[in-house]
Amino acid sequence: MKRAGFTSVWLPVALLLPQLSIIAIFFYWPAGWAVQSSFYLQDPFGFGSTFVGFENYTDLTANSEYMRIAWFTVVFTVLVTFFSLSIALLLAVKADKVIRGAKSYRTLLMWVYAVAPPVAGFMGIMLFHQHTGPMTDFFKALGWDYKILVDYNSTATAFIIVSVWKQIPVNFIFFLSGLQSIPRAVREAAMIDNRSGVRRFWDITFPLLAPTGFFLLIINITYALFDTFGIIDTLVKGEPGNNPMTLVYKVYMDGFRGNDLGGSSAQSVILMVLVLVLTVFQFRLIERRIHYS
Amino acid sequence: MAQVTLNGVGKTYPNGFEAVKPSSFDIADGEFVVLVGPSGCGKSTLLRMVAGLEDITAGSLNIGDREVNDVDPADRDVAMVFQNYALYPHMTVRKNIGYGLKNRGTSAAEIEAKVQDAAKMLDLSALLDRKPSQLSGGQRQRVAMGRAVVRDPALFLFDEPLSNLDAKLRNQMRIEIKALQRRLGVTSIYVTHDQVEAMTMADRIIVLNGGEIEQIGTPAEIYHNPASKFVASFMGAPPMNLIDAQLENGEIRMNGSTVLTAPSDQAYAGPVTMGIRPEDVVIDEAGSTPFTIEIVEELGAHRLLHGRLAGHAFTVHVGKESLANAGEVRLQIKPDAIRLFQPETGKAI
Repeated sequence: MKRAGFTSVWLPVALLLPQLSIIAIFFYWPAGWAVQSSFYLQDPFGFGSTFVGFENYTDLTANSEYMRIAWFTVVFTVLVTFFSLSIALLLAVKADKVIRGAKSYRTLLMWVYAVAPPVAGFMGIMLFHQHTGPMTDFFKALGWDYKILVDYNSTATAFIIVSVWKQIPVNFIFFLSGLQSIPRAVREAAMIDNRSGVRRFWDITFPLLAPTGFFLLIINITYALFDTFGIIDTLVKGEPGNNPMTLVYKVYMDGFRGNDLGGSSAQSVILMVLVLVLTVFQFRLIERRIHYS
Repeated sequence: MAQVTLNGVGKTYPNGFEAVKPSSFDIADGEFVVLVGPSGCGKSTLLRMVAGLEDITAGSLNIGDREVNDVDPADRDVAMVFQNYALYPHMTVRKNIGYGLKNRGTSAAEIEAKVQDAAKMLDLSALLDRKPSQLSGGQRQRVAMGRAVVRDPALFLFDEPLSNLDAKLRNQMRIEIKALQRRLGVTSIYVTHDQVEAMTMADRIIVLNGGEIEQIGTPAEIYHNPASKFVASFMGAPPMNLIDAQLENGEIRMNGSTVLTAPSDQAYAGPVTMGIRPEDVVIDEAGSTPFTIEIVEELGAHRLLHGRLAGHAFTVHVGKESLANAGEVRLQIKPDAIRLFQPETGKAI
């Protein structure tokens, strides 16, 4: 193939400039600032700062509360990602088979997508309310003394359920369009080759959905790590106390409530590195096994 | 291997559209039957009903001595080759061919042996570890064939398998498919809209139009004795010349003047549509019918002369040695080359 080239260096640079400047202003600059301030101990009233080297980082690893929150974040992310992906896939596979009223059915399933995270959080507050919440009644009927904001596991359960519920529509839309892009003839050929619908799903449909699934895996991990902030903040009403929280929420609490900007910056840097490592790992390891047609 | 029997098989969609009117025919063991017709004539629907991909809403379908109306596609012992090949894009050629066997509990060693055999037969041995995206159109077509052949089914179903190939490859694959079917002796149903494919490949042709069977017969029968105007115009390139005329006392009159002798004693009198194949006419100075040549199509081995006969568009097919100049000539039309149809119903008289 013939490659088109620019005669001058400046035109391509000029064309890239808007995009590059957005990334620079909204990512590189704050990120650089976070890295820098993670090496300083800030005066809580903003009068000055002292260089402390890696002390902010070493403090974190020695901090048992931080390690506990890190562990919760891992469990939370794994559970939210797993359930929101698997439930959405199940719904998409079933919705794909609906013939009558398929459109309104799909629209209903996607509706939750339009709900903003804090609103989802408020709905969670009502659903899981200690005295009047229907979910609380449901768990109590199952024999669980469910107490949101009082009991650690109760609050964690509410976080996970609301976060999963909020993310399902996005995954559903992608899985459904992924399913519909599989050629009909390929599925029909499989029907002649294999009588078991379940086996056909795992042998043919699932591998052909893998590119969609991989993309959603990254999106969902990022969602669970970062975008659940609004849900958590609303559910704990800004006062987490002894309730569980994720690392991002901890960054916010330490930085803006505790005024420990240095420690908070160190935590942000750790999160940045974590996401970077995770993404590289995913692309290196998983993408290799995926077929893109 | 098996014979196939359709007894009043029809398809009506829930919205009331009747895609295939109740149709009955038998296919003998080892026979190669081609379903041909224009798009939307129901030929693919009929094939898909035989495959089990489409529900049968009327009649009964037997493969071998078993009624299969409600049998799962995988249990009908059929193999299908699709128009777009429908290869599994994430599987290698080896796995594509072996997938159907794997699900039928065949041992891994036996699958490997059968895949190797099929690959050898189809000249795919060097490509077994490739993915479909790394293959050319013709190679994909072979893999699709391999997937059908390896299963050793009772019935092959072909749904326009050559229509995505270029003309040269199509001619080549046509011969290969036919030869393969002959060698394996598997009963086959082949759907196409291409009348050349139908003529060259079929033992018997079934011509469909508007969800209905127009005619069933050998290629020669269909070509020489079309049962209707539709068959006459659909089969053959260029198609049969059709001219509205008047039949009286064994004479055919066109525009009141030109007179031809009717093929045989006809009791019928009145308006008719006369059909004449372009090659059943010879240019002869002593001929009785004047013909005005307007356009000459030079095709190398032969020529097509397009012009007017008694005011009607008419095409004559002549050998390369015949003259080819625009202008007036006279034609000799043999009475037994003339086919007559009812103008309204289109049926042969």
